[in-house]
Amino acid sequence: MSDVLSRVTKMVVEHLDVEEDKVTEKANFIEDLGADSLDNVELVMAFEEEFDIEIPDDAAETIQTVGDAVSFITKATA
Amino acid sequence: MVRRVVVTGLGLVTPLGVGVETVWDNLLASKSGAGRIDHFETDDLACKIAAMIPRTDGRGGGGPDVPGSFDPDETLPKREQKRVDEFILFGIAASDEAIKDANLDFDKESAEAERIGVMFGSGIGGLQTTYEASIKLHEKGPRRLSPFMVPGMLINLAAGQISIRNGFKGPNHSVVTACATGAHAIGDAARMIERGDADVMVAGGCESSICRLGIASFVACRAMTTGYNDTPEKASRPYDKGRDGFLMGEGSGAIVLEEYEHAKARGAKIYAEFKGYGLSGDAYHITSPAPDGDGGYRAMRMALKNANLQPDDIQYVNAHGTSTPMGDEIEVKAVERLFGEAASNVAMSSTKSATGHLLGAAGAIEAVFSILAVRDQIAPPTLNLEDQSIETALDLVPLKAKKMKINVALSNSFGFGGTNASIIFAKPPESD
Repeated sequence: MSDVLSRVTKMVVEHLDVEEDKVTEKANFIEDLGADSLDNVELVMAFEEEFDIEIPDDAAETIQTVGDAVSFITKATA
Repeated sequence: MVRRVVVTGLGLVTPLGVGVETVWDNLLASKSGAGRIDHFETDDLACKIAAMIPRTDGRGGGGPDVPGSFDPDETLPKREQKRVDEFILFGIAASDEAIKDANLDFDKESAEAERIGVMFGSGIGGLQTTYEASIKLHEKGPRRLSPFMVPGMLINLAAGQISIRNGFKGPNHSVVTACATGAHAIGDAARMIERGDADVMVAGGCESSICRLGIASFVACRAMTTGYNDTPEKASRPYDKGRDGFLMGEGSGAIVLEEYEHAKARGAKIYAEFKGYGLSGDAYHITSPAPDGDGGYRAMRMALKNANLQPDDIQYVNAHGTSTPMGDEIEVKAVERLFGEAASNVAMSSTKSATGHLLGAAGAIEAVFSILAVRDQIAPPTLNLEDQSIETALDLVPLKAKKMKINVALSNSFGFGGTNASIIFAKPPESD
């Protein structure tokens, strides 16, 4: 597991209060992990803080799955 | 036909503990909920004490093994706790108890759900949440503000959360009248049942302002006690010569109001009947009560008229009695004026002497105490009333609870802005 994936997984588990094994790269925050639109906003903010990056609103809207988050963060921190 | 309103459920989260019977036992045993604040810095505050809910984490004199301690995990999962201000958490906890107590059984998908509403207020709302967000905005900028800031601090979100949690689809409303909030919420909810807008209403108030901003701001109003920092349990002393301001409390009171025939048809336990409601404005000053007490008098008079009762029908008054130098005596005079000759047969106590002043929740917890006074035929005490500052024919129930005949009880709540509310509870219909 990449460092980014493991950190994202840990954050998702904490924020959404879900089992770690459900947090796969394909998992959709809303459909699979029980998030609502406000949870998504909060998660994106948490990613910004954790990885010291900025995720603009239009980019945030494209982050639907754990994998989306990991690839955005990986690019942004490269 | 007039629709009568009865009380079928009660819930309390207070500085005297969690749970109606625990709180009531502690109140009758003359226990105080006051203590030294130790969860935030008080060195530079003139008031360093408050009446705090005992919690399982040790705050407020509670603990995991201390009976009656508040465990937030029993109300909401940790993840959701972070998304609501504590006033909402307390409101959910108290309403949970009241709803369970009422044993409401209904199909959430049926039209019955549309006949159950919520009227839950707060005097102040999410003060600490707003304070923390302000600091974050200042230090880190707008992009770091949580999307849960607004739904976590809005006053009507207590009513919203209670509705969402229980599937209540009837009227969903919220009262904000400072320290009269709880009484107004109960009175307004009863009116909605009387008018036929709902058959059941969960009503009450919740408050959590024991934070630096809350204490410092009320100290700035010169409303709080500052002379009892080393003896917190002595600080709230309504009608006593040594009183010097109110002691802040926190928590929530909830009651389930129900249309009488509806309650009877389902065999519900009935605590009391909601008999009357009066409201008034002082039209005088933003924080000081009018010296002639006319506003409070008119609220009580309207409640009596609404209840179709005479002053001598009432045996117990739960006073607003906040332990401020001015307010207590003004209320005594207004109550004497209302009762006239009958005053010598009336007991009036201030339970704020034990719980502190729960602001927007005060009227709600005091409604519960008034209902229990009728149920158990006992007037709870006014603690610390050792040297009465005013002569009165009223029995102010000093220090110890008093067993007595109570058919009808009246509860007063007065708020900043000169807003007044009086509510009246009586023995259940057909109980004699």
